[in-house]
Amino acid sequence: MPKGKIVIDKERCKGCGLCLAFCAQDVLAYSTEYNQSGYNIIWVKEPERCIGCAFCAQACPDIAIEVYREKKPKQGK
Amino acid sequence: MPVNAKSMVKVFERPKSLTDVQFTYCPGCHHGLVTRIIAHTIDELGLQERTVVVAPVGCSVSMYEWFHFDGIQASHGRACAVATGIKRVNPHLIVFTYQGDGDLAAIGTAESIHAANRGENITVVFINNQIYGMTGGQMAPTTLIGQWATSCPTGRDPALAGYPIRFAEIVAQLDAPVYVTRQSLYDQKRIMATKRAIKKAFQYQVEDKGYSLVEILANCPTNWRMSPVETNRRLADEVVKSYPLGDLVDRV
Repeated sequence: MPKGKIVIDKERCKGCGLCLAFCAQDVLAYSTEYNQSGYNIIWVKEPERCIGCAFCAQACPDIAIEVYREKKPKQGK
Repeated sequence: MPVNAKSMVKVFERPKSLTDVQFTYCPGCHHGLVTRIIAHTIDELGLQERTVVVAPVGCSVSMYEWFHFDGIQASHGRACAVATGIKRVNPHLIVFTYQGDGDLAAIGTAESIHAANRGENITVVFINNQIYGMTGGQMAPTTLIGQWATSCPTGRDPALAGYPIRFAEIVAQLDAPVYVTRQSLYDQKRIMATKRAIKKAFQYQVEDKGYSLVEILANCPTNWRMSPVETNRRLADEVVKSYPLGDLVDRV
């Protein structure tokens, strides 16, 4: 499994919860924080489980998520 | 949050065709998804310099503020007519309209159908969320039978308000449109299919093939009185029964 990493823009997040529903690895959860617009935002609860599939980012209506994935090791050596 | 640039590659980022302005949509609204998908498609096809968006009246009324290319805001329902004018005067431009069900299927029915019938070389993105979102959840022509709305509190009664309009089917029976499809956004597979459909529609316009319509079944968490996750479930379980998904016409 590749390792992934996601970065959530706290001020863009509206806490709709669609990313939670799309994540197959249960990486995300509601936090106890609120942003300046008053939305209960999402946080990366279990970052080590993330595989960088970007399903959460593709489901986010406010483009609050950026996704990084570990480079694949070169094959055939 | 620092990211180790050496071992990590960015696989998803904000499209270059969008400005930094935050969307004014409600939390969980599929409008944001479609806007993002269109921007990514424009990026991928490299059309940012020659694209014009015709914004409708509705929740996406200030669309030209979010896209990093030219835009114009048409009168209610007249987006296809405005797009026709832009495209005929500047055939090298890529023109698309983005309309909801109140705009395209109610007040703008004449303009929308005749633009399709003339086979104008434009792309129409039609967001069908079965309700009037911006004005407070009134019944739309696309509202399902029995669905609750503020102007039909006992559910839509066909004896009084008629049946839901399947606009994609109406356009598909005309001879001129080259690509008519209906997609949705309730799961990952559907989001990818919608992306492919929008890309195909823009590709056809670049190749001067003619009119294409992409109808997208979307949600309205605020006016359906549901959480965004529940709206996805409703789309998958109920709405697709009235509005079957898939390509209706692909004449290329």
